[in-house]
Amino acid sequence: MAAEGNAKPAKKLSLKENYALLTRGLGWEPSYEKKEDIFRYIHFEGVKIHDWDKWEDPFRLTMDAYWKYQGEKERKLYAIVDAFQQHNGQFNVTDARYVQALKVFINGITELEYDSHRGFNILAREFPGVGPRIAAQMQSLDELRHATTQIHTISQYAKYFTGMNEFPYQFDRVWYLSIPKSFFEDAVTSGPFEFIVAISFAFEYVLTNLAFMPWMSGAAFNGDMATVSFGFSAQSDEARHMTLGIEVIKFLLEQDPGNVPLVQKWIDKWFWRGYRLLSLLATMMDYMLPKRVMAWNEAWEIYYEQNGGALFADLARYGIKPPKRAPETIAEKGHVAHQMWSVFYANRDAVGFQMWLPSDEEMAWMSEKYPDTFDQYYRPRYEYWKAQEAAGTPFRNTTLPQLCQVCQWPCLFTESGDPTTLSLRESEYRGQTFHMCSDGCKDIFDDTPEKYVHAWLPVHQIYQGNCFLPGVDPTAPDFNPMVEALRYMGIKPGVDGGDFKGSADATNWEKWTSRPANIHEGAYTDAVRDTASPADVGARKAG
Amino acid sequence: MSVEIRTKGVKPLSNSFGHLQRRFGDKPATRYQEATYDIQSTANFHYKPLWDPAREMFDARRTAVMMKDWYQLKDPRQFYYGNYTTTRARQQDAIDRTLDFVEKRDLLRSLSQDIRERIVHTIVPLRHYEWGANTNSAHVSAYGYGTAITSPAMMNTADRLGMAQHISRIGLLVDGNSGDSLLAAQALWTGHADWQPLRREVERMFVTRDWFEVFVAQLLVADALVYPLFFQQIDAAIAGASGSALSSLSDALMRWYEETAKWIDAVIKTAAAESPENKALLSGWTVTWRNRLLPALVPIAQRALGNKAEDALAAAAAALDARAAKLGLTV
Repeated sequence: MAAEGNAKPAKKLSLKENYALLTRGLGWEPSYEKKEDIFRYIHFEGVKIHDWDKWEDPFRLTMDAYWKYQGEKERKLYAIVDAFQQHNGQFNVTDARYVQALKVFINGITELEYDSHRGFNILAREFPGVGPRIAAQMQSLDELRHATTQIHTISQYAKYFTGMNEFPYQFDRVWYLSIPKSFFEDAVTSGPFEFIVAISFAFEYVLTNLAFMPWMSGAAFNGDMATVSFGFSAQSDEARHMTLGIEVIKFLLEQDPGNVPLVQKWIDKWFWRGYRLLSLLATMMDYMLPKRVMAWNEAWEIYYEQNGGALFADLARYGIKPPKRAPETIAEKGHVAHQMWSVFYANRDAVGFQMWLPSDEEMAWMSEKYPDTFDQYYRPRYEYWKAQEAAGTPFRNTTLPQLCQVCQWPCLFTESGDPTTLSLRESEYRGQTFHMCSDGCKDIFDDTPEKYVHAWLPVHQIYQGNCFLPGVDPTAPDFNPMVEALRYMGIKPGVDGGDFKGSADATNWEKWTSRPANIHEGAYTDAVRDTASPADVGARKAG
Repeated sequence: MSVEIRTKGVKPLSNSFGHLQRRFGDKPATRYQEATYDIQSTANFHYKPLWDPAREMFDARRTAVMMKDWYQLKDPRQFYYGNYTTTRARQQDAIDRTLDFVEKRDLLRSLSQDIRERIVHTIVPLRHYEWGANTNSAHVSAYGYGTAITSPAMMNTADRLGMAQHISRIGLLVDGNSGDSLLAAQALWTGHADWQPLRREVERMFVTRDWFEVFVAQLLVADALVYPLFFQQIDAAIAGASGSALSSLSDALMRWYEETAKWIDAVIKTAAAESPENKALLSGWTVTWRNRLLPALVPIAQRALGNKAEDALAAAAAALDARAAKLGLTV
């Protein structure tokens, strides 16, 4: 029996009330130490926050609910991963070219999840408000989840295929992996507000669907049940993160009109930075998936031009304009995939995945998808290179390309409206000349040159002699700088990269599965008994 | 899927990732190993952090402790995200049954007013202690070096939010979900003389920069004094006067504390064994924070335990000293 004065039944709490009671009052105004000594990083960017309590928690998850919800998802995911491993699911994908796309994923993306975990962890420590701190710590934990589940899933592939075994080592050293690495390090080394605008809004909210939908559909199309499973399991986290992204923007814009130009600058910058990073997906979608889902230009139309257009129309009432360099992305959409693939092909001896020229079937698809660009600019190039291969004199670059000081892509892009002229930009800073690939990257450099001059540009570093393992003697008579640089990067020359045909992956695939390593080219070896892909075999059996 | 694949006899090219092979040999790795070892970037950082331009984004120099290999600091629980969340989810199911049991029977609301006030005065303000621990643990994971220490620190950060919310639920069970006990507890935490010395030390941790010192101050020293004092000694005193309703809820906190202590102990023991310099640093921090926190707990202990407070605190301090000595520290 309840004691006197306490006899009324306990009040029923709504979820919202329950969350508010369990969360909001946890913080307090410190009095023994100065607030600016406790939260030191929230002032230098110039963002003004007048009332942290105006933050609307987008998720309203208490910790116990988080554990249960996420724990259940993990149980389901690991049941699938276990089954995948026990049944050698790595051999169920379309062909061994698909696996090359997974190499890009584990080597280039997984560590980004980890860096994101760290970035949100810093916010979880440094934001004064309880609501945003909890949102940031849950996202930090989620990002740790994504890194972890990717490693656990792809580890099965890494046991059977080349080029995936050294992902943390390669991420820090391989020349083209500085594209993703520098992107996330740029975000984490920024102030906390720029980080959250960059990642939660520009990346997660505006661009993530672009990465997510084609990638996961591509995995499903090509029989990669492991990647599909972690991808879709991660998607429910992403939905939360996207909600956080839009909440962040509204919160910042509503707190003070002075925040608007800062937020606009960061949207312009991080939209361009994110676009340059994600256009790597263009090569994956158009070239690396044996069974294609959609073309890059179609994805850009749906996920940026339509969805992004609606979003920025909605934000106009705050005085926010669409990203400054959005028109360039639209002008480039018929070109980037082909230009990037060409550069990777030309430098295939210095990359950690294997390359091939598109088949006739694939080129026919590209002619259809890119009627204004492919036949005119890119088909002739591939046909020339095919002839070179057939003649036994394949084209290859023996030097490394010039990198952009900001996005760190090779300067491979062309002028808007002039696809036969390379787009090159320069800026002077303290008497030195720095090179950029585009106006978008030059904007970023010119705004903060003192940050970007520190970029660790791999090609520069290689040519300066900073990328050799200890004990290597550059004066030795048999010294080969390219081989030594590849060793430093953790790439096994002639094994991890090079031509797909004749590679260890292609040969092993045919030996192990009796199916062609490239479904468009027929058998490379005598080991192939059945030229159909698993889906076709399944259909035939069902029929 | 009915696909015929000749997988019998397919020998993998390797049994684990290269970085794991170099540590453990070419044999299948555990999921803890895969998710933990060598994951954090270590080289070729691009930019100077605007918030700490003298150091790199990941930088071992954010603590005075030095390790040749930061991955020596492993977690004996072998937590990675998956087994961490499923473990906590399972534990929470048990906690929820207890909460439900207590709520349905009004076990805390039906206690005498005196006992309810004691719970609000001496237990519920610890939700703020836990939120402080959340901040401090987030500091360790945000600025620590090497996934082996930062990943469990991130999980500990989440745990501390969970503990703060569990303690808040105790308050709601006392006040019938009005939230009055939580408001009262916040007023006590920020204004009542019994709690100010402890809050003073929690805020001092907030401005302590060396993340390993924060680890020692919060997770080794403060928790080793606070948990046994409140959730054993004071809990027992309340149980002696009113039965074990509160104990059924503080039990989860003590179990969590004992589980977490295994991780803390492994970290301290390994770091102290690395070098005499580490041992001296860790010992010094342990003594400094023990000497700050012990007196800080006196007023609230006296309020809760009266003339038994001195013995209770002495017992907690002796247990901490014995534990520290066992871990190789000189205190």
